[in-house]
Amino acid sequence: MTGLILRELRLALAGGAAALPLIFFLLVATLFPFAVGPDGALLARTGGGALWTAALLAALLPVDRLVEPDRASGVLDQLHLKGFGEETVALAKLIGHWLSFGPPLMLAAIPAAALLKMPAETLGRLELGLAIGTPGLAALSLGVAALTAGLRRSGALAGLLLLPLAVPLLIFGAGYLERGNESGALQLLGAVSLLLVAGAPFAAGAAIRAGRD
Amino acid sequence: MKLLALRGVACLRGGRLLFEGLDLVLGYGGTALVKGPNGVGKSSLIRVAAGLLRAAAGTVERAEAALADEHLALDERQPLGRALAFWLADPTPGIAAMGLEGLVEVPVRMLSTGQRKRAALARVIASGAPLWLLDEPGNGLDADGLARLEAAMAAHRLAGGAILAATHQPLALPGALELSLA
Repeated sequence: MTGLILRELRLALAGGAAALPLIFFLLVATLFPFAVGPDGALLARTGGGALWTAALLAALLPVDRLVEPDRASGVLDQLHLKGFGEETVALAKLIGHWLSFGPPLMLAAIPAAALLKMPAETLGRLELGLAIGTPGLAALSLGVAALTAGLRRSGALAGLLLLPLAVPLLIFGAGYLERGNESGALQLLGAVSLLLVAGAPFAAGAAIRAGRD
Repeated sequence: MKLLALRGVACLRGGRLLFEGLDLVLGYGGTALVKGPNGVGKSSLIRVAAGLLRAAAGTVERAEAALADEHLALDERQPLGRALAFWLADPTPGIAAMGLEGLVEVPVRMLSTGQRKRAALARVIASGAPLWLLDEPGNGLDADGLARLEAAMAAHRLAGGAILAATHQPLALPGALELSLA
């Protein structure tokens, strides 16, 4: 299991593939002020939502390399013969994917917050929200990657599948930024994220098995 | 103790019945050679035996198995030795058996078709699994590679292992059970 997670991390970091979501995230944070203008108060108020949207879209970028290469090269078949359950493989992929994507995104949120003139308090909420929400995003990416593995031009379909399911994360994540925790947004964000993380290995495992037919 | 037992197995692919009522039992040292023209279901039979495809009917029981098919399943960026070591505690017996000693430091993506086939077989040889499932093991191998494969299979049978191989090429497996699909 540890070996599987390390392999996922190694593949994610190889060739700088893990940097792509980060660059994308920072690019959105840079472009957003150009689009809405240099009004500091407006940026500070809307920037958090923009960053959550950027995080969501950044999670979509690595979807095509999460499961499909391992399916096409037979790695998933060989793991089955080694006695690994598909759910175990999916869980290892989930952990490996989150490690290569969640913490770096939280780091990138610091310069991004500076670009959007975000107050320190909001940045703290954003970091907490990302810490809780990114595992859910990683779980969604993995589930969608397993479902679309083996399909041609799966990128657009992956987006269509992932984005609606990510709406609760977006609502509660961005809601927590704005109003703090008076409405319990953080607990709801945690609940959604937990549900996704708990369900994704089983959904992805079933999708991997079904994809062999 | 059986290493592989298929009982009344049927296989459906894309709504087409490939074969049905197939019985096959392999014990220690048992070997079966699946033959038949392209598209008759040889690879599907191997995948059913591996547990990768669900049999439409019948039961499949097997011991721990190692599979070599058309997919290499080695990380393309890594040197061959390290890529094999991901799957095996000790890949050296397989590397030696297939004559890959000189390629251990070469990245997998630089290997030729025949060398890739040798690498896939090396993983099976070093796996220590009692049951070998080989899908077209001779494809792409030169005369030396084929001789090494046959020697490895003979040694595996002597040690009590079982082999289920699908091939359309002649493969020296004396005393093997021949199974013709179609």
